[in-house]
Amino acid sequence: MKHPQRLSVSLALRGAAAMVLGTTLVATVMTASAGAAATPGVTSKSITIGATVPLTGPAAPGYSEIAPAMDAVFQWVNAHGGVYGRKITYKYLDDGYNPATTATLTRQLVLQDNIFADVGSLGTPTQAAVQGFLNAQKVPQLFIESGCNCWSNPKYPYSLGWQPPYTVDGKILGTYIKANFAGKKIGYLYQADEFGQDVVKGLDLEIPKASVVSRQSYDVATLAGPLSNQMAALKAAGAQVVVLATIPAATALAILPGFAIGYLPQYVIDNVGADAPTVGPLLSSFTQQATKNAAEAKAAAGLLNGALANVYQSPVGDTSNPWVQVEKNLLAKYAPALYAKAGLDGNTQYGIGLAYTFVQALQAAGKNLTRAGLVAAIARSGKHFVTPGFVPFSYSSSVHFGYEGGEIVKFSSSAPPVVTPSGSWIGSTPVSPVYVTSPGAGPVRKYTGKISTPPRSLVSTS
Amino acid sequence: MSLFFNYTLNGVANGMIFAALALSLVLIFRATRIINFAQGAMGMMTTFIASSLLNRGLGYWWMFVLILVMGFVFGGVVERVLIRPLQGKSELNPVIVTIGLLVVLEGIAGAIYGNASRGFPAAFSQSGLTVGKTKIAFSHFDVFILVSVLMLMVATLVLFRATSLGLRMRASAFAGEIARLLGVRVGLLLTLGWALAGVAGSLAGLLVAPTSSFGPYYMDLYLVYGFTAAVIGGLESPVGALIGGLITGMSISYVGGYLGTGFEPMGALALLIVALMSRPEGLFSRPQARRV
Amino acid sequence: MPHIKLPSQPLIRHLGVAVLAGVVLYFLTNNVFSTYDDSQVGEIATYVVVLAGLSLLTGLNGQISLGHGGFMAVGGYTMALLMNHTQANFLLELLAAAGMAALMGVVIGLPATRLKGPYLAGMTLLFALALPPIADKWPATFGGDQGLAVNAPTAPGSVNPEEWLAWIQILAALIVLVLVANLIRSRFGRAFRAVRDDEIATSLAGIHVARTKVTAFAISAACAGLGGALFGLSSFAVNTGDFPVTLSIRLLAAMVLGGTGTLTGMIWGGILLVYLPQWSTSLSGHFNLGSGVSAYLSTIIFGAVLIVAMIAAPAGIQGGLRWVWLHLVGRVSTLGRGRQVAKGVSQGSTS
Repeated sequence: MKHPQRLSVSLALRGAAAMVLGTTLVATVMTASAGAAATPGVTSKSITIGATVPLTGPAAPGYSEIAPAMDAVFQWVNAHGGVYGRKITYKYLDDGYNPATTATLTRQLVLQDNIFADVGSLGTPTQAAVQGFLNAQKVPQLFIESGCNCWSNPKYPYSLGWQPPYTVDGKILGTYIKANFAGKKIGYLYQADEFGQDVVKGLDLEIPKASVVSRQSYDVATLAGPLSNQMAALKAAGAQVVVLATIPAATALAILPGFAIGYLPQYVIDNVGADAPTVGPLLSSFTQQATKNAAEAKAAAGLLNGALANVYQSPVGDTSNPWVQVEKNLLAKYAPALYAKAGLDGNTQYGIGLAYTFVQALQAAGKNLTRAGLVAAIARSGKHFVTPGFVPFSYSSSVHFGYEGGEIVKFSSSAPPVVTPSGSWIGSTPVSPVYVTSPGAGPVRKYTGKISTPPRSLVSTS
Repeated sequence: MSLFFNYTLNGVANGMIFAALALSLVLIFRATRIINFAQGAMGMMTTFIASSLLNRGLGYWWMFVLILVMGFVFGGVVERVLIRPLQGKSELNPVIVTIGLLVVLEGIAGAIYGNASRGFPAAFSQSGLTVGKTKIAFSHFDVFILVSVLMLMVATLVLFRATSLGLRMRASAFAGEIARLLGVRVGLLLTLGWALAGVAGSLAGLLVAPTSSFGPYYMDLYLVYGFTAAVIGGLESPVGALIGGLITGMSISYVGGYLGTGFEPMGALALLIVALMSRPEGLFSRPQARRV
Repeated sequence: MPHIKLPSQPLIRHLGVAVLAGVVLYFLTNNVFSTYDDSQVGEIATYVVVLAGLSLLTGLNGQISLGHGGFMAVGGYTMALLMNHTQANFLLELLAAAGMAALMGVVIGLPATRLKGPYLAGMTLLFALALPPIADKWPATFGGDQGLAVNAPTAPGSVNPEEWLAWIQILAALIVLVLVANLIRSRFGRAFRAVRDDEIATSLAGIHVARTKVTAFAISAACAGLGGALFGLSSFAVNTGDFPVTLSIRLLAAMVLGGTGTLTGMIWGGILLVYLPQWSTSLSGHFNLGSGVSAYLSTIIFGAVLIVAMIAAPAGIQGGLRWVWLHLVGRVSTLGRGRQVAKGVSQGSTS
């Protein structure tokens, strides 16, 4: 037995030394934070904004393209002198879709990196976690990449959404189904979280409950293989129309086993999971086989053919659309690596639209840029922003949602295909008027206003 | 009733893949008494390489053989380079190394191949077989999965029970020092154990890729269930891996189908606890001497 | 070595160290560190709470757990539910979090008594995977996607809320460290070690093996539960997405890298968990590779550190430091009094 006194000294000293060493290590590694400016993140020459997005992890596929696409827009703006002479620096960090990581990174962005605003962060659980913090710090939480109904909340005035709330999607899909598939048996396959549940909420507001013969769900955290059980249950219930409120991976993992058991219902797919360049490759595993069966391959190649989906801006395959042309050119010029890898698909298009909205918000806020001023500018002028969407934004002092509308398109092999670096994917054509509605129980109305065209500055210089 | 039939078929198809991963875990555990958490990721890596080869025009079956060989080499290299230096020390350290390897492999796959959406072809048609007038939820490809995993199992059993190489491998795992004294090249056989496990792992990767969202993380959940299957069947027994895989696959299918999505891992946990309560070293372990 | 006469009683000794550390940390957080730095120290402290329990269970008692993320979830949700539905005192909420997690520890610990090594690892891993999705099945209760918002008690006066939370977390870590350190030196600790080393001999000596193992699980889970509650406070809300399987795996890795079975090593483990991701992100940023590749490069660096550290320093950081202390500092301190002694020591240690 060692001498107790010496043991106690060494133990105690070791313990205390570890504590002090540890914290000193921590101190030397940390950088001193800059003193707070009058408006944090804003100088006469620059604006620093930040975001937390999934760049790695199972949630990353597709979504990791959005932030670099946004950056392309900011590079374009910077190449033309910035907004009121201020160049935009976009610092986006990888949170891996883990809300605890989001909290840490958002703290870093706000307290250490002094961002002016959090723009284009992704995810419902991730952004809901930091909504309180950002609002308490009076940092604008702008254009959250999620369709949760929770972004328009008077308790959190600094938070704004952008994409249509999922319930709006559901109501629009439901309206179309009610009008065109009356009397048919409807089935739902939805993601078992707020996304899927909100879409179903919207569907249920339009489609009579008696028509819905089966409601199947899947848990995204434990999603491993094909949703064979769910499709078998839908087939057994006799559903003739199946609404998919699914992420793109799950869309493919539903359609494939359905096809395998000879089940070919009318698919109606929510916008989130309906991007052909994203879903297409996943379905293509069916068409590429070691032993070729020509007839089957042909049938499999058209797995999306005839499916319906809701969109709120021109599908990327519509190359005659001036917005699509602008988006393509901008991406090719200012994010060539991204363009070479992904091209203009649903995700990059999303990013470009969102970033351009932020640029207009900056312009509307004026030269004297403050956080509160920016939010007020969006509430004041958001409705008049130039957007590639089919409906204008709904921003007002009481509504913090962006798009609240869309139309139904049908995937069709006769429509011009969507061409991306990874291949040629089925295009789509509109089959319904443009609808507009709020997430609540209000009616779904047709929208007959004009769709804006891209302004000259965007067209000529990108 | 037909729903039950569908659930069973789905369970069997998934179960066979769990069995393949379980088999590779069993092979490694028998050789070096380590749980290789990177087994799934190693299969993922070889499958990504397979995807590149296919894109360059290599025929599917040439790729198949090549990838199994690559898995063999990969497994052996990992043992020699990463696991051998840790021999003789704490039990936990190799576990952490395999965890580190898992993270590194996922990172490399992500960095090289990116997050783009991609598919992977199946060896055979994924259309359901036609029985009578209906298409059942079991395709030619599912039959291939069943047959290939069974063949792997049989090959493993034959190796262990009927060859002298297998005998030497069992001796090295069971009593390494004595085997060494008897002239058995223990080190080489440990590497061989990992190499064979690598084959099973890369096979599993090729079998899973067509029906999942093929990306750097697609094998993660399969590894967890494969681990479950291996533990239920007994980490020493290839037959246990097969049975454990089937039990796990079917249970998850029934739980998910009848109780609802999200309950599957809980069902697997309950299954695991029940199995291990009756036999703490797995269903197919040799009965240990009773402790007084 | 100066002959400081410290009290020989472990409790007083540990308390002394803790108070000293607490004072130093208070000074640093109040005057030196920025608000962001304070929150980082708080996060480290939170992980220390969890890792202390894990070190006790796996290091001291020899039961490997890959499921401590699950116990963290239990603690986090317990506190969140109490916070959202009752007016309970904050301290009570933290104790309840630890208590509920301890209960879950008993539930898992009971079947665990019959399992060894990898079989136990498999069960705990599955537990970590299975538990969070259960909360998603009842979104009305557990908050669904948005989780349950949690708030630390209001900071007194002009104290910055971030700093206040960090102090709560640091205090919790110091208390847990003192308690666990005392536990290790008590008969419980000896019983834990005895069960790890030789179950048969221990039971022959009259110690109830199963009861000891379950107790170890319960105490370890209680630490994790408390840590989970503090973790939820750092994350502003408790959400199932906070507790993926990778969390449990990283906890084990951090414990081993810090030094299995040690307590001081858990501080290194906490620092690793908080700083390694940041450090690897900024390192990969220097290569200017574009956001996609850069993010994955950060992952590669993290994994590579795990591998290299395990091969190079199998006893973890604490083990490495101990080696340094014994071999270098020990030699230097005896220089004055006798090189013979030093030579003898070094020769003895190489045999």
